Amino acid sequence: MMAQMLKNKVYGWLDQRFALGTMQELAGKKTVPVHRHSIWYYMGGIAVMFLIIQVLTGGLLMLYYVPEISAAHASIVTINSQVDFGWFVRSMHSWGANLMILALFVHLFTTYFLKAYRPPREITWLTGLGLLVVVFGFGFTGYLLPWDEVAFFATKVGLDIASQVPFVGETIATILRGGADVSQATLSRFFVIHVFLLPLALVALMGVHMLMVQLHGMSRPDSVKDQAVREEKFFPTFVLKDLMVWLLLFNLLAAFVSFYPWGLGPEADPFAAAPAGIKPEWYFLGMFQFLKVLPAYIGPFEGEHVGMALFALIGLAFVVIPFWERGQNPVRKMWAELFGSVILFLFIVFTVWGMLL
Amino acid sequence: MSSDDLAQHDALQADDKLMAQVVSRRTFLKATLGLFAAGWVSMMVYPFFRYLTSSVKLSGAEEVTSVSLGGAETLAPGTGKNFQFGSKPALIVRDTDGTFHAYDAMCTHLGCTVQFKDAKDGIWCACHGGKYDPSTGKNIAGPPPKPLAKLDVAVVEGNIIVSKPGVTLSNKAVES
Ligand code: HEM
Ligand code: FES
Repeated sequence: MMAQMLKNKVYGWLDQRFALGTMQELAGKKTVPVHRHSIWYYMGGIAVMFLIIQVLTGGLLMLYYVPEISAAHASIVTINSQVDFGWFVRSMHSWGANLMILALFVHLFTTYFLKAYRPPREITWLTGLGLLVVVFGFGFTGYLLPWDEVAFFATKVGLDIASQVPFVGETIATILRGGADVSQATLSRFFVIHVFLLPLALVALMGVHMLMVQLHGMSRPDSVKDQAVREEKFFPTFVLKDLMVWLLLFNLLAAFVSFYPWGLGPEADPFAAAPAGIKPEWYFLGMFQFLKVLPAYIGPFEGEHVGMALFALIGLAFVVIPFWERGQNPVRKMWAELFGSVILFLFIVFTVWGMLL
Repeated sequence: MSSDDLAQHDALQADDKLMAQVVSRRTFLKATLGLFAAGWVSMMVYPFFRYLTSSVKLSGAEEVTSVSLGGAETLAPGTGKNFQFGSKPALIVRDTDGTFHAYDAMCTHLGCTVQFKDAKDGIWCACHGGKYDPSTGKNIAGPPPKPLAKLDVAVVEGNIIVSKPGVTLSNKAVES
């Protein structure tokens, strides 16, 4: 009796302040279609879980990490070998970053092939692309922080590629580098970008992305459009299933972390030669491998420039696709599918090729 | 149309022309405001742009025009080694006939640091496999589009002295 009364009172108090009733109503309205492609609806949620892990472990790493070139590498060594479970936290951050990017690739290509970008979901698609760029930024800036050999040269090459962009490239590269060479200024800037700027951008983009998803509900792929599909409640049914998937993947992550703790290369020496077998992280490897096999010159142009122009065009195609393939023209649909398949195929081929070398 | 009408029409047209030439108060104010706004924005952006592009040395070596690498006998013919030239990585190689060649070790492709590998591969870049001729610095294989930038080498009293091209040895402050 008493408990019931107290519960009502607390609920009433909260309801008046947070409009709980309205929220409940909204949550109750959202449903998720159940069909043979439903599994792909879990991908975005998986990325959210990894993101939460990144924020928590990233905050923990900051307690011991020192963003100074003569101390950075040593501080990671300390985290790995002296701090209790430091290796665990750090490996979780590194593995989490990689699995998150993997989840994002799956998310991107499945929403692409299910045509979830079509009107009215253009903004969802575009913010998603923005999020991928932000996460690539996390990967690129985070990679330098341990200040080991591969990190140093990966940054050098990455910024040199950026500097080749016509007109603005040199200025952008100089701002990111903080001068002409990869140095303390670069490490400071990358650290600030990694722990301050990108998290801000990420939160903003994610807010819009999720808001759009709530507003539009889940899309239905063409193949199940005309069938009568069952709908299940988003809350609590789908959320609970989501949590089960999270639990499963969290355990997978913990297994990776425990059995394959993340390594650390020798400390960077800015005056030594690049070590043999140097490679960027796997998610940049496809592009890297592609640039590597281009000849020095293609016609009058440097091979690099042709490659980068091609990447820019592919990126642009992903940006305009929701405005071009709107689900009304079967020929365009076919082209969109072909384009997506070719890009995915090339991405896999070049990535694997890069790994084998 | 009567001639009266015509005259009036002409007068009206002249009026329109005048109006078109004289900028209206609204347009004038808008343009002025726009100019001020643009000026204000640039004034606000400029300090931050300069702050971000400012090139201060936070740590590391200062400008150097030449370095001494010790005795010539320390580098056997047919080998090479990387060394620090001021704030830049550099590379020295010795031909089998005993002559020295020194280069800015920055790969002309995407800026990795090159190394002398062996007689067969010559100067090699680990990043994308670019190759250069050890005695000329010319790009001979892989993606690099240009030869390596050269440094001067002299052997003074048995010591290898590497210097920026164009700096005459007499006024070089040789640091060891
Ligand atoms: C607010 C969120 C984040 C914070 C506070 C944070 C913080 C940090 C810190 C302090 C380090 C240096 C320690 C180390 O290298 O192990 C680091 C490294 C790294 N971070 Fe994050 N991070 C965040 C989010 C992310 C995200 C979303 C990604 C996703 C791709 C990411 C990817 C990386 C990578 C790849 C490294 C290098 C790991 C290594 O090689 O050790 N971080 N992060
Ligand atoms: S940076 Fe040397 S070959 Fe690309």
